Amino acid sequence: MSATTAPSTRRPPSGTGPEPTRRGPRALLASIGGQNVGLLGALVVVIALFGSLDPNFLGWDNIRVIGEAATIAGLLAVVQTVVIICGGLDISVGSQAGLASVVSAMVFTATGSSAPLGIGAALLAGAAVGLLNGVVIIHGRVNPTIATLAGLAAYKGLAQLVSDGRAQGYVLGDPVFVFLSRGRIAGLPTMVWILALVAVAVHVLLTYTDIGRNIYALGGNDTAARLAGINLNKYLISAYALTGTVAALAGVLLTARTGSGQPVSGSEGLELQSITAAALGGCALKGGKGTVGGTLLAVALLGALQNGLTVQGINTFWQNVAQGLLLVAAVVIQQRRNRGRAVGLPA
Amino acid sequence: MTTTPAAGLSAENVSKRFGAVHALQDVTLHFPPGQVTALMGENGAGKSTLLRILTGDHRPTQGQVLLDGTPLSLASPIDARRAGIRIIPQEPEIIPHVSVAENVYAGSLPRRAGRRLDRAELRRRITADLARLGFAKVLDPDLPGSRLTAAQRQLVEILRAFTGGTPPRAIAFDEPTSSLSEHETEALFTLIGRLRDQGVAVVYVSHRMKEIFRLADRIAVLRDGRVAGVVEASATTEAEVVRLMVGRDLAGLFARQEVATEHVVLDVKGLTTDDVRDVTLQVRAGEVVALAGLIGAGRSELALALAGDTPIRSGTVTLDGRRLDLRSPRDAIAAGIGLAPEERKAQALFLHRTVRDNTALVSLRRLRRRRFVSKSRERALAQEFADRLRVRAPSVETEVHALSGGNQQKVVLARWLARRPALLILDEPTRGVDIGAKAEIYQIIADLAREGVAVLVVSSELPEVLGLADRVLVLQNGRITGELGRSEASEEAILALAMADDLTAAPQGGAGTDTPTTATGAAR
Repeated sequence: MSATTAPSTRRPPSGTGPEPTRRGPRALLASIGGQNVGLLGALVVVIALFGSLDPNFLGWDNIRVIGEAATIAGLLAVVQTVVIICGGLDISVGSQAGLASVVSAMVFTATGSSAPLGIGAALLAGAAVGLLNGVVIIHGRVNPTIATLAGLAAYKGLAQLVSDGRAQGYVLGDPVFVFLSRGRIAGLPTMVWILALVAVAVHVLLTYTDIGRNIYALGGNDTAARLAGINLNKYLISAYALTGTVAALAGVLLTARTGSGQPVSGSEGLELQSITAAALGGCALKGGKGTVGGTLLAVALLGALQNGLTVQGINTFWQNVAQGLLLVAAVVIQQRRNRGRAVGLPA
Repeated sequence: MTTTPAAGLSAENVSKRFGAVHALQDVTLHFPPGQVTALMGENGAGKSTLLRILTGDHRPTQGQVLLDGTPLSLASPIDARRAGIRIIPQEPEIIPHVSVAENVYAGSLPRRAGRRLDRAELRRRITADLARLGFAKVLDPDLPGSRLTAAQRQLVEILRAFTGGTPPRAIAFDEPTSSLSEHETEALFTLIGRLRDQGVAVVYVSHRMKEIFRLADRIAVLRDGRVAGVVEASATTEAEVVRLMVGRDLAGLFARQEVATEHVVLDVKGLTTDDVRDVTLQVRAGEVVALAGLIGAGRSELALALAGDTPIRSGTVTLDGRRLDLRSPRDAIAAGIGLAPEERKAQALFLHRTVRDNTALVSLRRLRRRRFVSKSRERALAQEFADRLRVRAPSVETEVHALSGGNQQKVVLARWLARRPALLILDEPTRGVDIGAKAEIYQIIADLAREGVAVLVVSSELPEVLGLADRVLVLQNGRITGELGRSEASEEAILALAMADDLTAAPQGGAGTDTPTTATGAAR
């Protein structure tokens, strides 16, 4: 055996060397990530397809429409990303947004048209229901899917109760709400700026802070995270509270867009959109993996797709079918990559 | 080297490639019937790949598998099972909420008309099979899967291998003793001996030298995917096998001087939890204290309690003279206690995060400004400890799942060393680790002691306990049953304390006392 003769050359003498520097297209690919390249490709295909069918699709006005329409779902997708990285799920985000929308408009009206009070109350309500989700999951030991499924029903019912099931108030006489719905900063709608701001803040939190490291850690392996001294409960409850707060912000924007507090319409189905975007964007549904960048790309893709289908006059029923297909496709692709064996229920 | 006689299981010129990696290259090995052939090699040498090819889980890129001289075409483990080839996996798969009997025959349960379970037939079968294999006394067929000990779980896998279909012609054990205590191991060896006598070709994969020499007729060593040599067990020595495995001698595996000081770092008095009772112990700076005992004696539970992970019912824990109130692992870490737990993948590592992330996790507080973690300082820290512990990885940005067991363990150690603990608790620090990395881990422990760290080691490997420890504390049933100094500690003495009560319960007794003296490892 030749291998017996030169044992000392078998291994490098020291441990790890400096990271090898890679160049060229492969390095670029690696830095973007395979999943995101796929998303970009899909986005290009969608844009090219609808652009060729209708030249107005690529017009500045339509892009702005897409941006505004995608903002509310985008906000929810960004926080959904955080919850999913933690290993949880929040399917009550749409109901939370609806509840906050109603609260913002009703408090606005009740306080004699005070926008700050209306918005503040909505955000507080969102934080409270988010916190409640977290407490039910952690201290009630309820599976996150079940707990937030209950939330989906209960918060929607709450919104309908306080609003009597009708749209409430009229806010577009107030400059703050007008600014939120129709304002521009540097040519871009205020709404898009708000999404950008929240996305950057969450991205920084996840990527550059110890809080982010701990979130990825506890989502990846909760036992190991616990033994490494991470306070799991604090992080998980905070993640749900953050989700509630941002969902409430989305609810406020919903109020601004429609001009009044909407208990159900406008917020229903947002949970599906946000989870689809997160899954398409590369979040591992078992936790520990995912990025805000990937999720935003998926939000853009979904937004463009939805707008294109609407512009082409495709029935919204078909759009629902398309959305369901996309969510399943996203997870199937993810599982293929993990090379899970198709035996029994997936982990 | 080896010819290919007709009888038994053979691999002929088997090669296996995964992408650019040659996991196996031109491996020709023969496993004759009625013999135990040990398959040895460091982690990554190709043992698992070979086992998987022999049992139909992987298909070879080149070459073939033969049984009694006939080439087999194994497309799946089911084909291998039909041909009479069985494997006892390292981690048995047990269905938790059904009985042993149903676990054994899962998939082919006896039934009556209308698909009703035939309980009478099930009972008759399990009773007959338990008696035939000699497990009637150790395995209650009505026990639910969730209540089985590690050894019993293994027995269920063995029963599965021996029931239904063709009787086994060849059987492979993949590190069967890694989760067994010494006397459970004895029972397994008796069974393997019987298989050999029945003319089954036994393939036995293990890292444990003592077992190999006890059990094996022949030893086949793989290195870097090739056959490094096949030797008769009776005509070789442990040192020779190690040399074949790593290509160098590891004489001073446990070269270590006593450096303990008078300063008491850990002082535990009357500690009681749900699993351990009234434990009193001390560990001094620079001292290595081993916790020995059988599986289930409460060693890991004691380790977890000291790491703040299980509630303490009564008693006190004092570290460097400060009394601790351990409510969570966070408290223990803040006080200066580190724990490298027993199940490194399940309890310590973030497999899809990088070496850098895994190393820095408990030191983030030190690496951050405001709340922002400096990636360059993080990388420097990970690099420093990767170099110091000789972690073999392409870079600190490599994800941990790509590393071998030994290197993963070093990453866990690096995490705690970076934190400079006063007390480091190591639970089975070398389980599933190849012998080269083992020696390095022993060296790391020795270095830590020299730097004045108090080290508490939990280990089921007695040579390791004897080699490493300045003092050995033996646990049984959640209590400390004895303490042995370095000079009085021996395998016999430890086992006697570990099984103090068991000796009367188990008439076969004396387990371990008749072990042949083969060891360079145990002798310092």
